[in-house]
Amino acid sequence: MSEAMRSTCLAGEHVTLGARMVPFAGWEMPVQYSGIIEEAQAVRGHVGAFDISHMGRVIVDGSGATALLDGLTTNHVAALQIGAGHYSMLTNEAGGIIDDIIVYRTGQTEFLVVVNASNAEKDLAWMRRHGGADVTISDRSEATGMVAVQGPKALAAAGSVLGQALEGLPRFGAASVRWRESGVTVCRTGYTGEDGVEVIAPVRQAVAFWRELVAAGVVPCGLGARDALRVEAGYPLYGHEIDDEHGPVGAMLMWAVCMDKGDFVGRDAIAAARLEPPGERLVGLIAGGRLVPRQGYTIWSADECVGTVTSGAFSPIRGCGIAMGYLRPPYHVKGGSVQMDVRGRRHELQVIPKKELLLPKGAPVA
Amino acid sequence: MATPEGLLYSKTHEWVRVLGDVAEIGITDHAQGELGDVVYLDLPEVGRLLAYDDIFGAVESVKAVSDLYSPLSGDVIEVNTEAASATDLVNSDPYGQGWMVRLRMTRPEELQQLLTAEQYAAFAAESAH
Repeated sequence: MSEAMRSTCLAGEHVTLGARMVPFAGWEMPVQYSGIIEEAQAVRGHVGAFDISHMGRVIVDGSGATALLDGLTTNHVAALQIGAGHYSMLTNEAGGIIDDIIVYRTGQTEFLVVVNASNAEKDLAWMRRHGGADVTISDRSEATGMVAVQGPKALAAAGSVLGQALEGLPRFGAASVRWRESGVTVCRTGYTGEDGVEVIAPVRQAVAFWRELVAAGVVPCGLGARDALRVEAGYPLYGHEIDDEHGPVGAMLMWAVCMDKGDFVGRDAIAAARLEPPGERLVGLIAGGRLVPRQGYTIWSADECVGTVTSGAFSPIRGCGIAMGYLRPPYHVKGGSVQMDVRGRRHELQVIPKKELLLPKGAPVA
Repeated sequence: MATPEGLLYSKTHEWVRVLGDVAEIGITDHAQGELGDVVYLDLPEVGRLLAYDDIFGAVESVKAVSDLYSPLSGDVIEVNTEAASATDLVNSDPYGQGWMVRLRMTRPEELQQLLTAEQYAAFAAESAH
């Protein structure tokens, strides 16, 4: 590992647990412990824990905080109640996505913004560039750790360790609780398609929280399982489905864009993109077998290249390869059949909306 | 990491079991461990003529795709269709039921370029950081 590689406060725990560590976005992170499939199944069936301390945690505070965030992000910040949060995006003037983020209102003029590890520095610089004297922007990433607890038993497991009943916390809500002489933030969010929480705590408490979860039987899960689970859930990842050149229209993320809240950076470009003839659309794809679609594979209909795979995974639930990718109309329509090129051979892919990649609970596996 | 005696090994992490003029080939325990859960095997057609170092297929894990390099020249006389449909055999029994192809060697003198178990174990330990 290069010297520039950063470690989270839980790195020692991962090594003790026998994790395989890999470089990711400048961080040394666990890719797996027992195995990606086993870990992903634990999250779908029971509960798993993920170290997500590499993600950026930024506090935006001050009388100008609401206006700053509403001017830089796509969702409607002023409409957030204290203790509520939402999925959103930072967009550039061209309507491309700088990052996808979650914004929580933690006080009348205070917000917690959680950003991708790979974009943390870029996002901070962008916010600071636009922020005036009436806003303080502080990076809380170093002083805290962050652990995601995900799965049908996640609330019970995290609540038991924290000594709190978490069931009352609404989806995307954030609450501050006292634990081990310190303030801990519990957010009812995640990146797996399962119920669960993401817990932000000072370093010492974050390590204790992780240890007690694992001791209670929560399965430690690495980035490999996290990626498979988010592809199954149809969630985009910066650098795959979204980036500075792709906007929310093609990425099918307009549900997180509030066009009538007033102006924000990128609004005009997004408004124009909606009026253009439809371009590439992000869809879900299901492979006919266990072959895993990979980022960059080209997608074909007869002799015509009609799109590209942006992310793929082996879906433990479906027992086959699944993916997301951009397809140009009319090939993006549900029920269509296209082929991916893998090492010179064509393999069938079935087109579905990305939110249908995750099977409904209890649904029979096809 | 197991590296059984009596097999020969390549620096691209394949193993070879010599059965007369036939070579049985698979990937090593070290390789399957690095790849993680194997979900797909792309194996050649029976009858294909392979030269030393040809890419003869690919092994796909949940994490990554890895090309398979032929450690020897020969004709593909058999592929392990059982492992292709139950790919976890590559993880659970890499030197046994997880074998991938059998070649009828056309240049058996190439065997001398391969590594012994001891040499491969040292090589793999070094390449793992």
